[in-house]
Amino acid sequence: MHSEKASWGLKLAAWGGLVFLHFPIAIIFLYAFNTESSGFSFPPQGFTLKWFGVTFARADVLEAIKLSLEVAAIATLIAMLLGTLAAAALYRRHFFGKESISMMLILPIALPGIITGIALLSAFKTLGIEPGLLTIIIGHATFCVVIVYNNVIARFRRTSHSLIEASMDLGADGWQTFRYIILPNLSSALLAGGMLAFALSFDEIIVTTFTAGHEKTLPIWLLNQLARPRDVPVTNVVAMLVMLVTMLPILGAYYLTKDSEGVAGSGK
Amino acid sequence: MTVAVQFTDVSRVFGEVKAVDRVSIDIQDGEFFSMLGPSGSGKTTCLRLIAGFEQPNAGSIRIHGVEAVGLAPYQRDVNTVFQDYALFPHMNVLDNVAYGLKVKGVGKSERLARAEEALAMVALAGFGGRKPAAMSGGQRQRVALARALVNRPRVLLLDEPLGALDLKLREQMQSELKKLQRQLGITFIFVTHDQSEALSMSDRVAVFNKGRIEQVDTPRNLYMQPATPFVAEFVGTSNVLRDGLALQLSGSDNPFSIRPEHTRLAGSEPLGSDEVEISGLLHDIQYQGASTRYEIRLANGQNFCVSQANNQWQLGDAPVQPGQQVTARWARAAMVSLRREV
Amino acid sequence: MSHSLTAASRLPAEGWLRRAATLLYRKPNLYLSLLLVPPLLWFGAIYLGSLLTLLWQGFYTFDDFTMTVSPELTLANFAALFQPANFDIILRTVGMAVAVSIASGILAFPIAYYMARYTTGKTKAFFYIAVMMPMWASYIVKAYAWTLLLAKGGVAMWFVQVLHLQPLLEFLLGVPGVGGNTLSTSHLGRFLLFIYIWLPFMILPIQASLERLPPSLLQASADLGAHPAQTFWQVILPLSIPGIAAGSIFTFSLTLGDFIVPQLIGPPGYFIGSMVYAQQGAIGNMPMAAAFTLVPIVLIAVYLSIVKRLGAFDAL
Repeated sequence: MHSEKASWGLKLAAWGGLVFLHFPIAIIFLYAFNTESSGFSFPPQGFTLKWFGVTFARADVLEAIKLSLEVAAIATLIAMLLGTLAAAALYRRHFFGKESISMMLILPIALPGIITGIALLSAFKTLGIEPGLLTIIIGHATFCVVIVYNNVIARFRRTSHSLIEASMDLGADGWQTFRYIILPNLSSALLAGGMLAFALSFDEIIVTTFTAGHEKTLPIWLLNQLARPRDVPVTNVVAMLVMLVTMLPILGAYYLTKDSEGVAGSGK
Repeated sequence: MTVAVQFTDVSRVFGEVKAVDRVSIDIQDGEFFSMLGPSGSGKTTCLRLIAGFEQPNAGSIRIHGVEAVGLAPYQRDVNTVFQDYALFPHMNVLDNVAYGLKVKGVGKSERLARAEEALAMVALAGFGGRKPAAMSGGQRQRVALARALVNRPRVLLLDEPLGALDLKLREQMQSELKKLQRQLGITFIFVTHDQSEALSMSDRVAVFNKGRIEQVDTPRNLYMQPATPFVAEFVGTSNVLRDGLALQLSGSDNPFSIRPEHTRLAGSEPLGSDEVEISGLLHDIQYQGASTRYEIRLANGQNFCVSQANNQWQLGDAPVQPGQQVTARWARAAMVSLRREV
Repeated sequence: MSHSLTAASRLPAEGWLRRAATLLYRKPNLYLSLLLVPPLLWFGAIYLGSLLTLLWQGFYTFDDFTMTVSPELTLANFAALFQPANFDIILRTVGMAVAVSIASGILAFPIAYYMARYTTGKTKAFFYIAVMMPMWASYIVKAYAWTLLLAKGGVAMWFVQVLHLQPLLEFLLGVPGVGGNTLSTSHLGRFLLFIYIWLPFMILPIQASLERLPPSLLQASADLGAHPAQTFWQVILPLSIPGIAAGSIFTFSLTLGDFIVPQLIGPPGYFIGSMVYAQQGAIGNMPMAAAFTLVPIVLIAVYLSIVKRLGAFDAL
């Protein structure tokens, strides 16, 4: 039996762990408002909003944001379609090869991103496809499918199959059942999966490094900034924005699925 | 009388398991028909075959004369009340009930009016705005019933619909269902594993065992004239005696059934010429109020049960004690000869 | 009398959509295939196809003089993995991955344990989100945050000065194999960053496995006379091993393939990931890059087969 109260040591370790996880993120938010124009000195000398204006006047930043949004939106749509199809096929019936298929869907995030990245690159090179927008999207969609798939299949499994039978029993054919029963029951899980996929794609750098060619998504733009530490304030502002875009969806996904199941996204 | 549902040599196999094994039944139009059996006996699969959720591997299923094999559920004029009710959680009660009319293209005002009407029929007028989650088990059950009936099906399928309700509510729903069925005059096909429920509600009952039908009959005949040892033991309680004992007592080595309440403990009076008896060790007495059960262990180890009505108002002494050697006696004519087990 | 005729005569005329729906309903295998074709095409052709292309390239020949690749098949690339220089890279990477996995497990356990056993309702939800958010927060920005933290004059140094820990820091940086010139070019800094980034991946599976532990089990242990420490070592820890193993799949695999973190923090010297990146990019030796890629694949396959015995897949 465990005592009702945790020991001080355990409490300290647990809360200390949370501080450890959040402190560097807080630093990013802090530095975005730093008045200094170079260097990382701590504590900051003062706070200002002026770097936001500077950042949004930079053509290269806006280009990168636009490209990242474009890629994330299209990759998410593809992932939602493929992930839902796969979940619908795999959630109930048993057939030969089912395990291998679900394994294959997980592979792109189970294996290090570098493998997916260089494999795609070598295939594109072999086929003579020039790296660019299309190849970035293909890479992102591939590892986003499993995020949508996990969320949707969890919902499918939780939804009583007799709902589908009841709908058909009452006279609805497959299309009507999909539109009036399956889709409404799936929608929040689908949306949650889509948001997580979007966040994952928006932030991805390892696969993208290989598939981007000369294109610069926002994370790649950031990485290049780190190698050449010029205009630190702009980098700080962009870093904070990217942080927000990737963190907020997890909150949204949590609230969309909290009454049913945990967010099925614990494999990024 | 016309036939509502007709099974001819229907089989349904799941992998190695014969869930339904060459079943033939005629269910009459307007009858309250129950399918009774333990879980895994094939009764629910038969219901799903009628609804169209399963397709048979062999045989023919006709619904009002029309071959139904190959038809999808939405192409059949039957509706189902599900065991878990299967109410759509994202719709309110009225939309749930109106769903069948909506997908058939009935206009909005007509379908809502008919749904209200159906809710009133199950005493839920005014509940249309609620979500299913905000209703009690008994109320959900009524919604499921209204949702099925609003389509005016010629056959209503009920898959253990009362299983989740507590005893009191269940008894109330039993009589309401029966009343509803008489009032509407449509065929009810009711699946249950509860034999008393099947006996009290049905015009006829089919008893299922291992994918096959053991007997189809009226409740009274089922109880009084069971055809097989399985039916004798599953419907009510019965003593089934077999082989040597059967030969010795009945003159035939077919098994026979004798109901406990048709036997008595013998006193000192002589055995009548139209009577038979058997002795054993009394090992338990269960006082049940209106009657008392005596459990007797026979020489071959089998249990034999005697039930005697407590129809004397005097208290009196307990006539026998456990551990005594006793004799059970009954009229030869009360024995029912059974089909041999395969 | 024909069945289909009687059936058809009863049914109203149907549109092609409903006929298609009925066809799919009657042919569940066709329906299943139609669902599966798009994802299978995508994954089969694009993903598995790419992986096979890559592996195949590992057998091609790279000419050091002309810096060109020719499709003559050879095992030389794989043999080259065992040259001391390359083997060092592999050992360095695997060593880091193992160290990071162990340290993450130790750090994650108390958090997971506290979450699973001492929080309920709102606090549990708070902890859950508080672990999920850093996990999903941008990888590159988290790495960037640590370059800010560890930089000269940065936050870490400020704390060291305020708390007068310079001697301790000097000592740590002086330890060979751990230290380095400064925090941001030390093995220690790189190790901390890896732990920071992968820690949530360790916390959540451990928490899930502890969550499944029925309280009655712990009561039974206490009832049988074990004191809390004995209960911990004899009951709780063994039963949380599947969770720890599941978490370590992530920490191990993700560290093994990373090439951004080694590039940003820590001393020079290749990791497997950075070697792959350099070979295919600057050097243009795709065959050698492909051969190097095989290393994490093989290591992870071996690792998976080990942790599978520990029940990690049930805890994922």
